[in-house]
Amino acid sequence: MMKGGWFRVYTLGYLIFLYAPILLLPLFAFNDATVIAFPLSGATTKWFEKLWLEPELHRALKNSLIIASCSAVLATTLGIFASRASTRYSFPGKAGIMGMIMLPLVLPEIILAVALLAVMLGIGLPLSIFTVILGHVLVCTPFSIAILSAAFQSLDKSLEEAAYDLGETPISTFRLIILPLVMPGIISSLLITFTISLDEFIMAFFLAGNENTLPVYILGQFRFPQNVPVIMALGTILVCLSIALLATAEYFRRRGIAKTGGKDTGGFL
Amino acid sequence: MQSRGKARFRGSEAANGLAMISPTALYATLLLAAPLVTIFLYSFWTDGYLTIVHEFTLQNYIDVWSNEAFRAVMLRSLGVSLAVTAVTVLTAFPVAYFVSFHVHPSKKSLWLFLITIPFWTSYLIRVFLWKVILGYNGVVNSGLMGLGITDEPVTFILYNVNSVIITLAHAYAPFAILPIFVALEKIDRSFLEAGRDLGESPFMTFIRVTLPLAMPGVISSVLIVFIPTIGDYVTPLLVGGPEGRMVANLIELSYKKLDNYPMGSAIAISAMGIVVAVSLLFLFLNRRYLKGGK
Repeated sequence: MMKGGWFRVYTLGYLIFLYAPILLLPLFAFNDATVIAFPLSGATTKWFEKLWLEPELHRALKNSLIIASCSAVLATTLGIFASRASTRYSFPGKAGIMGMIMLPLVLPEIILAVALLAVMLGIGLPLSIFTVILGHVLVCTPFSIAILSAAFQSLDKSLEEAAYDLGETPISTFRLIILPLVMPGIISSLLITFTISLDEFIMAFFLAGNENTLPVYILGQFRFPQNVPVIMALGTILVCLSIALLATAEYFRRRGIAKTGGKDTGGFL
Repeated sequence: MQSRGKARFRGSEAANGLAMISPTALYATLLLAAPLVTIFLYSFWTDGYLTIVHEFTLQNYIDVWSNEAFRAVMLRSLGVSLAVTAVTVLTAFPVAYFVSFHVHPSKKSLWLFLITIPFWTSYLIRVFLWKVILGYNGVVNSGLMGLGITDEPVTFILYNVNSVIITLAHAYAPFAILPIFVALEKIDRSFLEAGRDLGESPFMTFIRVTLPLAMPGVISSVLIVFIPTIGDYVTPLLVGGPEGRMVANLIELSYKKLDNYPMGSAIAISAMGIVVAVSLLFLFLNRRYLKGGK
């Protein structure tokens, strides 16, 4: 019997359960039928070709890319401040402040979304891509902190002290010593927050106003059964893109931990 | 002299720390704390025509809670969340246990990566595909009929509470696995050997040593699955059908379709209140596992 025995069998079964929907996706994306059901009826690439003919989709894609890029940069910047502060300094109210910042990780997203909607309409801020970015930064920052804390945590404090002793200022120490060491963590955070923002639905649904993002567009298309195969094709591309982004992020996360000499505890969270 | 120098150092460290965290803290205050306070206030105001009447009243809560349909949806949401939490945490535990105890340390992060991937990809499309898996001509039914287990498609697994539970259990799986894994990793393996040396069977060692030490992880898993699930909007919408609707769908209805913010806020605050109450009760019941946790 292999090591782990039944646990291994169980875990493999569990992985099949986890991957079932993703594995079905390409089947229907290449299936030559409008109805998303079995049995399959021959291969086709026409659903992918149709993706080029949907101006509404292109607009949603453009919006999503703008939102995801801005959210990733802003959330990672805020994440750098918070994770540096929480791993390097002790200060009064730390647990409370960090608790508030990490709250969106567990709070039901719909509550955050309606709360932001109420405030934005209250102060007269028109709903647009910008308001979605504000919401996505809120959701992405805790994930960025979770990734970056691991990177900052494994920093050796004596490196920093050595730099001070050699006459560097706090700012030049940060730029010359700390930043290069945590860079892989930062790249990992950018990629993960980009992926989260690209896939986020609820915030965009409430805060985008008349604009569409990809997930909002996708949900809209589910109402028209004849458009669903095209969405399956789009989904296949998105899943491949997400996996590529996540694999790159994982590569950088591990390299960062190796670089600072930390021990890999595994996982993003 | 020295102690004053130390105090000044501490003071500057605190000041540096606060300065460093201030941008993020400010963002969270403005876009998280302030909005939450706002909907809390909204829930005590009334919806006038095109305006909000800023007068304190409990009428929204009275209206909401005296509505039988609302109570039914709220109760169902709570039941679904509890069921999802139980299913997810119980099925996730062996996976976390396997990765922590039976996988070579160099392979652990690969396994965790494999487990987390589906969580990050195309939430909407995954939910939609569960409809395909569980549906009338779906994968499950084709399989069951192909194997001759049933003669006609089974229908109790789509457009009801069951399908919502299955889909949500799938969506939150990594959230349940990771905290348990982290807790299991922290267990000093020599405790387990000690248990065996003292004559306990492997099973009893698990019950008396491993499980109590893993409980902080299990508790985090329970909370991290239970709290967000109750507010899930997409899953009930796509696979729940009319009898699977949950409280998030009501919140959306009040905000977007009816444009009644005070009512929507009262529903949202009520749901949050229930979630917090259940979570605190759960923490209280498990308080002995959390002692000395920090």
